[in-house]
Amino acid sequence: MSQLLQHLINGIAAGTIYALVALGYTMVYGVLKLINFAHGDVMMVGVYMGYSTAFMLGRQAQGTLWGVLLIFLVAMGGCALMGFLIERFAYRPLREKPRLTALITAIGISFTLSYGFQLDIGFLPGAAPRAFPQIIKPAMWFTVGDPEFPDVVLWNWQVISLLLAVGLMAGLQYLVFRTRFGRAMRAVSFDHRVAALMGIPTDRVISLTFMIGSALAAGAGLLYAIKDTSVSPLMGLYVGLKAFVAAVIGGIGNVPGAMVGGLLLGLVEEFVVGYAASTWRDAVAFGFLILVLLVRPGGLFGRVAAEKV
Amino acid sequence: MHTAAAVSSGSGKPSGIPAPLRGIFPLLVALPVLLLLEWLLSNSPFATYLLSIMGVNIILAVSLNIVNGMTGQFSIGHAGFMAVGAYLSGVTALALKDVAISFLPVAASDQVLLVVTLLVGGIAAALCGFLVGLPSLRLRGDYLAIVTLGFGEIIRVAVQNTEAFGKALGLSGIPQTSSVAMVGFWVFLVVLVARRIAASSHGRSLWAIREDEVAAEAMGVNTTGYKVRAFVISSFFAGVAGGLFAHFVPIINPGSFTFVKSMEIVVMVVLGGLGSTTGAIVAAVFLTLLPEGLRSAFTAFGAEGSLAQKVDQIRMPVYGMLLVVLMLARPQGLFGTREIWEILPRWIPRRRKGM
Repeated sequence: MSQLLQHLINGIAAGTIYALVALGYTMVYGVLKLINFAHGDVMMVGVYMGYSTAFMLGRQAQGTLWGVLLIFLVAMGGCALMGFLIERFAYRPLREKPRLTALITAIGISFTLSYGFQLDIGFLPGAAPRAFPQIIKPAMWFTVGDPEFPDVVLWNWQVISLLLAVGLMAGLQYLVFRTRFGRAMRAVSFDHRVAALMGIPTDRVISLTFMIGSALAAGAGLLYAIKDTSVSPLMGLYVGLKAFVAAVIGGIGNVPGAMVGGLLLGLVEEFVVGYAASTWRDAVAFGFLILVLLVRPGGLFGRVAAEKV
Repeated sequence: MHTAAAVSSGSGKPSGIPAPLRGIFPLLVALPVLLLLEWLLSNSPFATYLLSIMGVNIILAVSLNIVNGMTGQFSIGHAGFMAVGAYLSGVTALALKDVAISFLPVAASDQVLLVVTLLVGGIAAALCGFLVGLPSLRLRGDYLAIVTLGFGEIIRVAVQNTEAFGKALGLSGIPQTSSVAMVGFWVFLVVLVARRIAASSHGRSLWAIREDEVAAEAMGVNTTGYKVRAFVISSFFAGVAGGLFAHFVPIINPGSFTFVKSMEIVVMVVLGGLGSTTGAIVAAVFLTLLPEGLRSAFTAFGAEGSLAQKVDQIRMPVYGMLLVVLMLARPQGLFGTREIWEILPRWIPRRRKGM
């Protein structure tokens, strides 16, 4: 029983991080109908930005509120800028081209970032994984059993991740459905040419969407690094892939769907690791995706639009 | 990329092949050349390796082109099929290690057994291709891409966890019976099949699906059937390529068949031009030789070995940037959907066949 509870907690904690990364995928997909394959790698770059900031601040800043805030702000701001640049120079020129071209470009950017960061030339970090500093001091908030070696542990960062994820999701939902910018986003998503004719600055809306998505990725990446305590240039490739799977499971383009998909994926993976074989984790994630898509081709919350000629 | 002109040059006049390139003539030239190469390179293992890996990459690129280029179904899990072929062919070869066909000379018997193991690998991969093709009944575009990626990863994890396949350590001790001539034979076969398909009525249906799936369906093309068939043929050849690969590298392990390998093949197809068999071949040869060329160039300019060792590291970011620059500058790839004889100089006689 206590084991089940622990797996539930771990699964939800892992799921919130997938969900946070998936929110960025979903936003970009919703507006542009583009799978931003580079999203996970933007997240990785954000984590490295946070890593450098943490080291520059030094040890005494770690664990303090302003230190953590500064690290998050630098990483999220830096990633927003990077998202803007990627959109401006890699995706915008291809907006009128077939969607496949933009997808291939996204894969190209993903490879450039993840393998570029593996080089050990100049400021690049090299391929070896590094230990992420403990910017949030881990503390047990809730234990069952012996306080020294508890059966069930709820860590403070797990609660912080969950609250942050739910808060960001609610904020996004508000942004999309209750603000002028959100209305512009939905209009661009519906038909960007008509939206432009109606006086909506489509380029600006798309840029901003990218920037928000990238900033979210950086935040999620930092939470992931706090949980996993190690960072490497290839983390983006696989976390990004999982998050994308989560977004598709929930129905890509749907904000609450991404959240549910992320949590489901986290739980499924955790139970496979806990009760079956940990080596099968990645296969199970994709198997789950294929299963969901076979039953509901648009994801759990998605709708399949009838395609017209 | 999807212009009307591209379609008409790709599928509208497939019979523009110049007379010398038709019929049995290329075979008559290629066979002695391959046998000569085999004989010349018999004591140069590096050149043999390079030629073999080039051939394997050509088979992979041309076969992926049948799905990605001709049918327009963006599949990014090709390394998975290659893995199936490599492992099953490897396991079969290990099982048949001590078998020899008594009435044949040893070399010939080895080659016969090699073909058998390759066919085992290819057919197993084709079955997997059928399984992947089936979901494409319901999925299209980006969704299909992610499902193929997922299948590739599932295959890799499955291989990694199977005792018979040596788990993460992989298979070793597979008899090294592959030869340049054998690789060349399969290259010839895959090119032949790809071109035959492109020029046939099946090919026309595939092109139609590529240009507009909904319209093709409305015109009575059985889109599902053709997509699944394209997947099966393509994965069969990927499996054979994997089998060949297993027969000339000392060890195959799951690390050789990751997402990255799939992307390498996709880069070849995109660089050459989605839909152009010539393009796939040229890009496969170029991208296979590029790292080797860079390595020897760095060594020649005396970069004290360190930079030369980094070539494999630098290769992947370069591939990434290549994709981005290519999409921005020339989204149709080097050849577009054209073949070599469509860009040959005018003085080469072409025979036109009435439609």
